[in-house]
Amino acid sequence: MTAVAPRPGRVEVHGVHKSFGAHEVLHGVDLVVEPGSVTVVLGPSGSGKSTLLRSINHLETVDRGFVALDGELVGYRRKGDVLHELKEKELLRQRTRFGFVFQSFNLFPHLTALENVVEAPVSAQGRNRREVEAEARELLARVGLADKADAHPRQLSGGQQQRVAIARALAMKPAVLLFDEPTSALDPELVGEVLAVIADLARTGTTMIVVTHEIGFARQAADRIVFMDDGRVVEQGTPTEVLDHPQHERTKAFLAKVL
Amino acid sequence: MTLLESRPATQVNPYEGLRVVKAKHPGRWAATAVVAVLLAMVLNSLITNPRWEWGVVWAYLGEVSIVEGVWMTIELTLITAVLGFALGTVLALMRLSQSPLLRAVSWGYTWVFRSVPLILQLLLWYNLAYLYQSLDVGIPFGPSFASFETLSLIDKFGAAILGLGLHQAAYSAEIVRAGILSVDQGQHEAAAALGIPRRRQSTRIVLPQAMRTIVPTAVNEIIGLFKGTSIVYVLALGELFYTVSVIYGRTQRVLPMLVVAAIWYVVLTTVVTVIQFYVERYYARGAVRTLPPTPLQRLRGNLTAGLSRVRPVGAAATSGQDPVAR
Repeated sequence: MTAVAPRPGRVEVHGVHKSFGAHEVLHGVDLVVEPGSVTVVLGPSGSGKSTLLRSINHLETVDRGFVALDGELVGYRRKGDVLHELKEKELLRQRTRFGFVFQSFNLFPHLTALENVVEAPVSAQGRNRREVEAEARELLARVGLADKADAHPRQLSGGQQQRVAIARALAMKPAVLLFDEPTSALDPELVGEVLAVIADLARTGTTMIVVTHEIGFARQAADRIVFMDDGRVVEQGTPTEVLDHPQHERTKAFLAKVL
Repeated sequence: MTLLESRPATQVNPYEGLRVVKAKHPGRWAATAVVAVLLAMVLNSLITNPRWEWGVVWAYLGEVSIVEGVWMTIELTLITAVLGFALGTVLALMRLSQSPLLRAVSWGYTWVFRSVPLILQLLLWYNLAYLYQSLDVGIPFGPSFASFETLSLIDKFGAAILGLGLHQAAYSAEIVRAGILSVDQGQHEAAAALGIPRRRQSTRIVLPQAMRTIVPTAVNEIIGLFKGTSIVYVLALGELFYTVSVIYGRTQRVLPMLVVAAIWYVVLTTVVTVIQFYVERYYARGAVRTLPPTPLQRLRGNLTAGLSRVRPVGAAATSGQDPVAR
């Protein structure tokens, strides 16, 4: 509470609306994520969790509302009272401040695990390849895959692939890590190894926003839990508040089904 | 012996010592015999019919003018393939662009160049000098800096390259576009999420994966081009087919000369097919868990497998006799 220098990684979402065709998925979402905190977003399928996450790093453009990282608007540059839409080049540079982990991993299948991790820091951040490679090996070791550096993604299990994807996101040294249902595409026995890596990261003080269905993980690792339903944030609070003493009927109904 | 006695009774194999008779396939044998006879008939006629004139074929196969024709065919094919795929890639990217004009122009190009027969296009390019006596380089609608005589700029060779290349570009554009569309949307997204610059996204992430779809069709096109270049004989350009037709016009040895050309086209196509195998294998990295073996590796594998098959048969025989011997 008495931070001297403000830590990076504060995410603010203000009144975000998003439609796909005639169907509005997000009806004005407000959310503040404190730097270094772990926020878990829960909610039934189709509640807009993933769309919200993808709006935060501008993978989806929003129809109305704003997202800001450390006070800097995502997707726009402010000049006085005028907002200029960012060109793709600037947008890509801004995105490097977010790490994104996909449900279906989306590793580049024609590149080795190491090349997957090295690619973006070199080509997007213009860093020295040799330096990045050394770091990438450390990152792969950190997710328990030091010996898989030269394997191609299809030679790895789903859990291993997702851990490479996490290392790839970390290599950008992002201020915020976004996880979009990181364990939903995994066999049950592989879920644990990925959650362990994420929980481990949670202790390092990177801001994390995790969309998941793993209630146990939410209880153990989250600082805050946000419950979404039908494109709105229904309630939020600490894990005890939301999971053990839910206030809203829809939260209670959801928890009754999954717990 | 002690081992055998200590085994529980259920472990004794009740089928041991029975003789195995292989299944018989009379139909397969009959079909094989028929095909063998047909094959023998074809070979026999090829060898014994004097009108094939194999001596003439052999004499002309390595003749200087023929080899020069082959070289011209290779040159035409390689230049137009490079030109066609370079322009085709640009057209494909235009077609996938956000700009409606770029999309429309790309669509229109493909429409026109696929609609007009190649032979017609070649003659049009060759007669361009009739439409435009000179070609100028300068500011659009403004002054020109340099002027070239069309006739000297677009000779037979130039017309052939233009005609084949621009025609090829229309087809290549669709092949490249299909390749790009075949790459999973998640790959574009992951590249964008990582902030990889746009050009790099294409060259490093999307195109290498698209190549798996592009290569087989592209090689098909290149093989088509090898044979398709024969159409430029209408411009009296000395490629393989034109050279052969000139020779048989003079010597009246039509059939043997056609066989000479056929043999050379088969050789060229074979070379491309071998190259295709290795290119496909290269782009298969990561798409399959283990790469398919090269023909050499397969040959070596078969040899060692054959040898080991010989050995274990002997080993199996002795082990089979073992219990009895003891």
